[in-house]
Amino acid sequence: MYTGKIRQILLITDGCSNQGEDPIAIAALAKEQGITVNVIGVMEHDVIDEKGMTEIEGIALSGGGVSQIVYAKQLSQTVQMVTRKAMNQTIQGVVNRELQQILGRSQTMEDLPPEKRGEVMEVVDELGETVDLEVLILVDTSASMKHKLETVKEALLDLSLSLTARTGNNHFSVFVFPGKKNNVEKLLDWTPKLQSLTSIFSQLSTGGITPTGPALKAALSSFDQKRSLRSLLSDDDESYFEESV
Amino acid sequence: MMMNHTLKSQYKVIPGTVITGKWHTQKYTIVKELGFGANGVVYLAKHNESFAALKMSDNGLSITSEVNVLKSFAKVQGSASLGPSLLDVDDWQTSRGLISFYVMEYIQGPDLLSFLQQKGQAWMPVLFLQLLNDLDKLHNNGWVFGDLKPENLIVGGPPPKIRCIDVGGTTMQGRAIKEFTEFYDRGYWGLGSRRAESSYDLFAVAMIMINSAYPKRFNKTTGGITQLRGAIRERPELRPYEAVIVKALQGHYTSANQMRAELLNCLSDHPGKSRINANTFKTQKTAQGQKNPHPMTRRHYRKSKKKRGWMEFFTIAMVAAVLYSLYIFLKL
Repeated sequence: MYTGKIRQILLITDGCSNQGEDPIAIAALAKEQGITVNVIGVMEHDVIDEKGMTEIEGIALSGGGVSQIVYAKQLSQTVQMVTRKAMNQTIQGVVNRELQQILGRSQTMEDLPPEKRGEVMEVVDELGETVDLEVLILVDTSASMKHKLETVKEALLDLSLSLTARTGNNHFSVFVFPGKKNNVEKLLDWTPKLQSLTSIFSQLSTGGITPTGPALKAALSSFDQKRSLRSLLSDDDESYFEESV
Repeated sequence: MMMNHTLKSQYKVIPGTVITGKWHTQKYTIVKELGFGANGVVYLAKHNESFAALKMSDNGLSITSEVNVLKSFAKVQGSASLGPSLLDVDDWQTSRGLISFYVMEYIQGPDLLSFLQQKGQAWMPVLFLQLLNDLDKLHNNGWVFGDLKPENLIVGGPPPKIRCIDVGGTTMQGRAIKEFTEFYDRGYWGLGSRRAESSYDLFAVAMIMINSAYPKRFNKTTGGITQLRGAIRERPELRPYEAVIVKALQGHYTSANQMRAELLNCLSDHPGKSRINANTFKTQKTAQGQKNPHPMTRRHYRKSKKKRGWMEFFTIAMVAAVLYSLYIFLKL
């Protein structure tokens, strides 16, 4: 079976960035490195303004991922659905490229008659179950997010419950922005267990600015560090899904 | 390659639209929308003068995945009731691109909770025995239904027969559950993992039984077995089944058949007790409802008929219960 790895950034925010680089550009950069960027916009009673909405969709679009705007109370279901859907999209991309190699033309799954798609789908399903997954969660802790953080924590624990039911390995890391001193702060280093979040999350303080771009950039470099650290520790050559959609 | 970037862009089709398949060139006329979910929209469609349900989604993957499940059900012998039978799979070329759809048997009837509200709680054990029977077949074939909830359970017939309609959550055993609804998910209540096991479905069955006494559901407070057991004890109509429900919630049943046998047991063990319960329930209602023996007072013009209907219905329920136990007895 394919032993690749799927790498995702999950950005949870409630509005528009107001400091630093353009997050849409950073998302495009992530995609070039084979990392998918998904965005969840959290609303309460208020509505996210047009500008925030456009940015959320833009980040996901250029990051090759999925975006969704939800009310805080639906967050748990959405977080796991978005992660799973993005994972399936990446796998489908890989499978489609394999198909093109086998069939020799610009064939994708949609070009196959429905009868033949079933078998391909079984491969996609199998991969979704067994592939290793790295999810970096990036949480907006600007002032307006303050009363939503408890819900975010619940949703992340729920995500971990869903993903650990799979056969494949999972690695999570959590960043918040803005941080105490810098634009972004690492809350949880790469770990297979998200449960340790419970204690850290309640001590979070919220800040005023929303430096989405710089935060995404820091998240990207965290993937790099992880990779180089791994290669130092062991010499098993890891293959990544290279996204070139 | 084109990919969907949002989950919300569901395709809406106006009634009267004729959908022609790209591969099999069959024509379907859309009559109305039956329902929609995360994975697409289901329409009532007319094909060669007969009705069928047509599910379409801009996510071709989920369509293919569901078709796989339905096909595998079709291979199981005597499994007519596991899910709707599959009639056609195809793509529809629209101005917005290719949309995958599949066509299945149209199962007509109220959903489980509406049925119980109309016909009375006495139907509850009957329908749950049927459901457990179907689930047992499903589990024996290596599947777990996953997203089991009243909205996905339709009571077809006559004679009334419970049917599962949405196979979007159906997962191979041992994998991670594909789709679920929080209230019926054991992970949400802190009572187990999201791995596809038969006990995952049985938890959902127990939650649906609780749901039948709490049509509006309730929110998680403390979660865990304490809150759920409290909820069961507050409703007299659930008391007779408390032992079975709690056991299923805690994942103590290894098969649907085992749960079914115990449910049947608690019906036959205390026939007097449960009848007394039913009677007191009825008299309370009568006192409140101006001598109307029927708890649902919406249809005033059928009052007298309803009274006879009730008696008839109780006799039938008893006969059905006796036949069922006989059937089980012979099977053993």
